[in-house]
Amino acid sequence: MNLQEKIASLCPSATFEEGEYLLVNVADKEWHSLAESLKKELGFDYLVSVTGVDWNESLGCMYYLTNTETNEKVSVKVATTDRENPMLHSVSDLWKVALIQEREVYDFFGIVFIGHPDMRRLFMRTDWVGYPLRKDYDANPELNPIRLDAEENEDDSFVVTEDENGKLTKTDYKIFSENDYVVNFGPQHPSTHGVMRLRSAVDGETITKVVPVCGYIHRGIEKLCEGKTYPQTLFFTDRMDYMSSCQNRHCLCLCIEKALGLEVPRRAQIIRVMFDELMRIGSHILAYGCMAMDMGATTAFVYGFREREQLMDIFEKTTGGRMSQHYHVIGGVAADVHPDFIKDVREFCAILPSKVKEYHTLVTGNVIFKNRTIGVGVIGKEDVISYGTSGPNGRASGWSCDVRKRAPYAIYNELNFDEVIYNEGDSFARYMVRMDEVMQSVKLLEQLCDMLEKEEGNEYIAPKVPKIIKLPAGHWFQEVEASRGAFGVYIESDGGKNPYRMHFNSPGLNHVAAVDKCCAGYKIADLITISASLDYVIPDIDR
Amino acid sequence: MFDFSIVTGWLHNWLLGFMPEWLTTTVECVLIGVLMIVAYAVLAMVYIFYERKLCAWMQCRLGPTRVGPWGLFQLFADVFKMLIKEIIRLENIDRFLFALAPYLVIVASMLTFACLPWGNGLQIIDFNIGVFFMVAASSIGVLGILLAGWSSNNKYTLIGAMRSGAQMVSYELSVGLSILTIVVLAGTMSITELVEAQSDGWFLFKGHIPAFIAFVIYLIAANAETNRGPFDMPEAEHELTAGYHTEYSGMHFGFFYLAEYLNLFIVSGIASLLFLGGWMPLHVPGWDGFNAVMDYIPSIVWFIGKALFVTFLLMWFRWSYPRVRIDQMLKLEWKYLMPIGLFNLILMTLVVMYDLHF
Repeated sequence: MNLQEKIASLCPSATFEEGEYLLVNVADKEWHSLAESLKKELGFDYLVSVTGVDWNESLGCMYYLTNTETNEKVSVKVATTDRENPMLHSVSDLWKVALIQEREVYDFFGIVFIGHPDMRRLFMRTDWVGYPLRKDYDANPELNPIRLDAEENEDDSFVVTEDENGKLTKTDYKIFSENDYVVNFGPQHPSTHGVMRLRSAVDGETITKVVPVCGYIHRGIEKLCEGKTYPQTLFFTDRMDYMSSCQNRHCLCLCIEKALGLEVPRRAQIIRVMFDELMRIGSHILAYGCMAMDMGATTAFVYGFREREQLMDIFEKTTGGRMSQHYHVIGGVAADVHPDFIKDVREFCAILPSKVKEYHTLVTGNVIFKNRTIGVGVIGKEDVISYGTSGPNGRASGWSCDVRKRAPYAIYNELNFDEVIYNEGDSFARYMVRMDEVMQSVKLLEQLCDMLEKEEGNEYIAPKVPKIIKLPAGHWFQEVEASRGAFGVYIESDGGKNPYRMHFNSPGLNHVAAVDKCCAGYKIADLITISASLDYVIPDIDR
Repeated sequence: MFDFSIVTGWLHNWLLGFMPEWLTTTVECVLIGVLMIVAYAVLAMVYIFYERKLCAWMQCRLGPTRVGPWGLFQLFADVFKMLIKEIIRLENIDRFLFALAPYLVIVASMLTFACLPWGNGLQIIDFNIGVFFMVAASSIGVLGILLAGWSSNNKYTLIGAMRSGAQMVSYELSVGLSILTIVVLAGTMSITELVEAQSDGWFLFKGHIPAFIAFVIYLIAANAETNRGPFDMPEAEHELTAGYHTEYSGMHFGFFYLAEYLNLFIVSGIASLLFLGGWMPLHVPGWDGFNAVMDYIPSIVWFIGKALFVTFLLMWFRWSYPRVRIDQMLKLEWKYLMPIGLFNLILMTLVVMYDLHF
């Protein structure tokens, strides 16, 4: 029995569409029971993405699900035709990642999720008029002037529940009670790594609840993309997670190339992967530095930057950019590498292991560091899958979630490297995964240097990239392993030269959702180390 | 060795020559006060420069280089900036206590500063319970920090003040116990006599094992007393932005800043007084020629040199270690340092009773 037959037996009314993944169309009233059996009977325990889409005649969500045991994938489309008061059933009780992703859909499409425990807007102000990603959104600036006052009702939340007869009741409540002593970390705070706010209820020094407030630097990239051509949308990806700009861009390029059926020259693929891995090293070294810095060890931070500087020079020689490379383009890369590139990378790979050893001597072995991180912020394997905290954070809890292994893209299946897995799930394990991954990336880069030297083809971009890129009507989803976890791109096209809907599924948002789970019960000082060990980047969350 | 009391005695007699005794005392007090404030300000600047250059050296950087030779005038620029900055008036705070707090901190550190033995005969306060007075005066500082945190009416400052209260009161015990260990060895609390007693060898060598344990405990506890890393939780800029002095600006903040650096000098000075002989040159019993050569180095150079050395040790900790957490810090004090300190005191008493020291 294949997957389609299994699902058909579970939910006879569902209709199916073949595609890149099996697409299940299901009515909202049957969605929750289907979701339950998908998770419990068919083992789809990882909800990759919840993407809200406005199809004009209907509003709804695309759900991408993965079975972490078998790597089977399925997508589900749930929609409602009610545009005045759209409601769908929440699956946040099954997959915790929906807690934050459904809030994002509510924020941008106004779809209320029945059974979701905390229906607040995620990015926009509470007094924002309209839902920006709907196709009928009125962008008149008079409706939403620049407001200079604080939001007064930021504590107000509501939950819509459904009883057995299908009667809906809306209950208002406050997320903090009057007796909570709420300490505000951010939006301007040295340790939030950007403009992000963590409202923490504390009891003495102990944290009882953390409520992340996002959206301070939300730029509406997804909305902007709808008005740009495909090559133009590429430039936004570098500005999401600036520590994995190459991987993000790689993902979008892959997705567009998949839709166009474009073959990328091998030389370009090797160069792309090399840049991805260099970027990953840079990101992990920065994560090491920032984590030490957040604990007050400023010297370690500077040591991390010393090596990163060398990396930046390598980037600068080839691409001209230090932070945003803008190097991957549709069909290949923008230009061939600098003649010194291989020599520089080899030099960097030669010195890095000794430097990593130095980091371990200075920080990892330190008794204070160990006491601050071992056994702190523990999150189990089931929770990381449920919260969708992929990347190094997931691997620190024993979840084998590396997209490079799970669904190899580009030339990763030809390369020899290990997936670093720790089982403790604490801050120390998350830190160690990153340090070990740096060494794996060095190993990868050495292989890639050899491959690039031997490579005979000298095409760095596909010869037949159309001048005006138009994707056929349809939708595509592509994942890559960015520095912080699985980064996904969803493109829906109506055949025009602009995307109809483009969604970026960023790993950072899932990490932030897990902060409360990790921190409750620990000390204020641990909040800082735990969020440093989760290593989220704010522009990645606020896209 | 040159005795500075010749100079001070001559000045005293010269003043007495044309002034009544009460006026002489008053003039001397004013002179000393002015000298102390100048020394205080100059030392603070030297220390800030020292720390900047030292941490830059540890972090593969250069530190300030642009203003003046080796960046020396950077400090003057910074102090000038601090002086002309506005002291921001805040709403909904306890004005009086808010303004009082920095002065309490600075007064405490100045009182302790006055006890230090700068050189042979160069000392401001010297009486038979000198060390006791020093400990008492230095503990006023915590009051200023608590007041600063509480009166600012801010959650960060309040948490910072709570932490610092717990921390400084706890670590005072360890500081006191290690000082007491040395007092037992010396049999005196007078600072002059403490220094004189080390003319045939510093206490760190004379008191061997217990003195060395006391030295290590003192270094750890003193680092915590001065709120410096890895014990800088009251400030903890990554958690509480700036802890108890978040709301202070201009020279009010400057006072906290000055006091922090001067306290660093003071604890280093006390460490050199108790363990490294104060201004006493390095003397090895029996090596008369060596001792005579050592005596040619002025006593004030010895004292400041030793203080800078101890400060180097403290800064080394500061720039290598991550910050500990409040509960771990209290555990370290109450479960380890204090019991070891008490045991060490008994050990020292036995050593003194059976005359096992050098």
